Amino acid sequence: MTQLIDRRQNAGKKSTVNRQRFIRRYKQHIKQAVSEATSKRKITDIAKGEQIVIPAKDIVEPRFHRGEGGRVERVLPGNDIFNTGDKVKRQSSGEGEGSGGEASDKGEGDDDFVFQLSREEFLEIYFEDLELPDLVKKELARVTTFKTVRAGVTSSGIPSNLNILRSMRQAIGRRVALVSPYKHQLDEAQEALKALLKKKTPDEAEIARLQALIEHLKKHIKAVPFLDTIDLRYNNRVRIPAPSTQAVMFCVMDVSGSMDESKKDIAKRFYILLYLFLTRNYKKIDLIFIRHHTSAKEVSEDDFFYSRETGGTVVSSALELLHQTIEARYPPSAWNIYVAQASDGDNWNADSPYCLELLRDKIMPLLQYFAYIEIMPRHHQSLWEVYQKVGEQYPNFAMENIDTLADIYPVFHELFKRKVG
Amino acid sequence: MKKKKPLSTSSEWTFELLQDYDREIGRLAKAFKLDTYPNQIEVITAEQMMDCYASVGMPINYHHWSYGKHFIGVEKSYQRGEMGLAYELVINSNPCISYLMEENTLPMQALVIAHACYGHNSFFKNNYLFKMWTSADAIVDYLVFARRYISECEERYGIEEVEATLDACHALMNYGVDRYKHPGKLSLQEEKIRQQNREMYLQTQVNELWRTIPQTKEAYDQEEKKRFPEEPQENILYFIEKNAPLLKSWQREVVRIVRKIAQYFYPQGQTKVMNEGWACFWHYTLLHALYDEGLVTDEFMLEILQNHTNVIYQPSYNSPYYSGINPYTLGYHMMQDIRRICENPTDEDKQWFPHLANTDWITSLDDAMRYYKDESFIAQFLSPHLIRELRLFHLLDDAEHSELEIKSIHNAEGYQKIREALSSQYNLGNLEPDIQVHSVDVEGDRALTLHHTQRNRVPLGKTTPEVLKHLHTLWKFPVVLKTIDEQNNVVAEYNCPSK
Repeated sequence: MTQLIDRRQNAGKKSTVNRQRFIRRYKQHIKQAVSEATSKRKITDIAKGEQIVIPAKDIVEPRFHRGEGGRVERVLPGNDIFNTGDKVKRQSSGEGEGSGGEASDKGEGDDDFVFQLSREEFLEIYFEDLELPDLVKKELARVTTFKTVRAGVTSSGIPSNLNILRSMRQAIGRRVALVSPYKHQLDEAQEALKALLKKKTPDEAEIARLQALIEHLKKHIKAVPFLDTIDLRYNNRVRIPAPSTQAVMFCVMDVSGSMDESKKDIAKRFYILLYLFLTRNYKKIDLIFIRHHTSAKEVSEDDFFYSRETGGTVVSSALELLHQTIEARYPPSAWNIYVAQASDGDNWNADSPYCLELLRDKIMPLLQYFAYIEIMPRHHQSLWEVYQKVGEQYPNFAMENIDTLADIYPVFHELFKRKVG
Repeated sequence: MKKKKPLSTSSEWTFELLQDYDREIGRLAKAFKLDTYPNQIEVITAEQMMDCYASVGMPINYHHWSYGKHFIGVEKSYQRGEMGLAYELVINSNPCISYLMEENTLPMQALVIAHACYGHNSFFKNNYLFKMWTSADAIVDYLVFARRYISECEERYGIEEVEATLDACHALMNYGVDRYKHPGKLSLQEEKIRQQNREMYLQTQVNELWRTIPQTKEAYDQEEKKRFPEEPQENILYFIEKNAPLLKSWQREVVRIVRKIAQYFYPQGQTKVMNEGWACFWHYTLLHALYDEGLVTDEFMLEILQNHTNVIYQPSYNSPYYSGINPYTLGYHMMQDIRRICENPTDEDKQWFPHLANTDWITSLDDAMRYYKDESFIAQFLSPHLIRELRLFHLLDDAEHSELEIKSIHNAEGYQKIREALSSQYNLGNLEPDIQVHSVDVEGDRALTLHHTQRNRVPLGKTTPEVLKHLHTLWKFPVVLKTIDEQNNVVAEYNCPSK
């Protein structure tokens, strides 16, 4: 009568769609929380998911229900002190006699609705409508490494790849196919022989013929080999190209006197965006921080953002260090290389032509993408002009101007906009 | 009686053991004359249990953001350990589907089998409200139909549009129920055909109502005296479905789906005490019967009893854990009390329950389960003995007085009053405000007027204007809600759009 069913293997996550609907509906709240969260975090912990708070009044599902007030009668359990006719002071709210019964009417109470956004959902919202530019995607697929994967079975191979099960199955089939016509004849001959022997005057010649036939057939059957070379099957493995899943991101920033805290903050946010964006496409990402004034240095994240230097600016020093680091540690065949440079556009005028040369001839051919942002109200200096020339030659070189905090996202959006068609 | 060998000694469950327990419990249930639907027991994981919670306990349901919200809420408090999941979930369907969580120990699984597969199951099959209002054979099919229909609508008209309609219907869900006349049975095939016919027919009907072609003078005069609707309508969603002037036919169907599902859940709200009490009584009784036969061990029984005690724990009114009367406690004790009165009545019981004392308890209890709902069950069977045991008292909270008054306690004068007061606490009119469709201004601006019949000066809650907005999205013309007090005065008025 009773049916017992194990449903544990069934797909869980039946509520995924409902959860997505919920997130869709409260996108405004969630987006705001996401953008607030990103300003507070370190680059590498940014993608941790986020606690989202939605005010109770925005999320309530309204129903007709009884309000407070009027004349209400209740029955309560556990009387310890009361007698008929006793009067009790009303308590303002919360615990105590009287108010208890009402808790169930009001449902979930007035707490704000708090929940955790998963990492994927967080990034989904953060990068809505963004995509790696077409060109970069092509680069992404560039063949750099190979891996071997199984690809069915073949009829030739080396002994260590022998697939015993399949070979035996093959052998059985072959044996059945080869033996069965002889088996039929053999059965018939034996029947005939038996019938013949039962007769009172058996035909000796016929018996001899049949016996010879039987011998002959048996030999035939015996001659079918148990395992033949054509039965053998080997596991097949093929090498398929695997796109490299590791990337390195260089953050290059000018820390000379003219870069103040607010400019660094803008730069930081830009790096965060790029980092997050890359984590969606690559499994492993190295972050390298290069700061420079007149000379360049590789530093930790904290030093990068929070220490200040003074003096002039020589951009080529950073580009040289960048090039050296790539050569020494990040061979382009194994790494996808991204560079994000932020600066206020200051550079020693005589240095700019050298920058052009470095970028054009040495660095750009190694890179997936180079993003340059200039944090400055629009009056550009020599560096901008030089970089524009690079941009004309390399489509994977992008540059934008950022004035205020509010520009970061639109600029980033512009750089990585999903191309239609 | 010769003791049998225990079915198991470890607390790990296996499918074979579940089958053994189900067989034995089923055998005992039969001996106690429990009449059940066939059982379908499904073992699920904690996450699947949360999924079930989120879709209001149904195995399948249409998609809606509010279910996502519930899921997130449940998941959060479960992960933080603020709440445990229910050990079981049972669906009023034929066959009766019960979910067991894989985390449960073997004694817990046995408890759940007794509680859900035989307790709730027999209640679903035999209680008059469930028999009258729900069709257990068709519910799963109907939900399949509803889900498919709604996702088709989403494809055709966009998720947002469908969501807005569903939101509005959900806000009025409790007012999508027929309380007095009861609906016919449903089947998937019929429903499909009927739905297609309905789409065409309904629209013509609505058009008829809102016809603007001038009528002859005579007909007009006759009509004028008639109010529309002629009688107040308690089923607001039904009224909307049939009469809202601008609804598209798919929206009418969506209203209908929500209404049908509301109707299906309607008896559950009115039999919570009885239903849980019945199930608790039977898991207690059936498992003790197993123990008496020696089929389960002492350790097994201790775990059962510990859980049983937790389930029927009732904190006192002044405890920080108090949140109203626990329906499990009240129901369980009342069921046990009926058995006690049948088997060992005191003089007091004989006086209060002459029809129960010294009767066969199985028959008497079965009658109580079949023919009552919470309100009438308490009015009929709450005994002085139990009032004393739970130390119930009756309190009056009148906003016009500065103090609360204790009206009655567990003494001779109090029993009857406490019984009446507790019974009326489960009266639907006391659980939800009484709101009905009063009239439509057919000739004028097509405004829809609802009347809230107020009792005991209790006003409407804070979300009322929001609900009216939802109603307005369905009706699409002005909506007015008037609160009428006991002296027939209008004491409050809500308008949407607000004046």
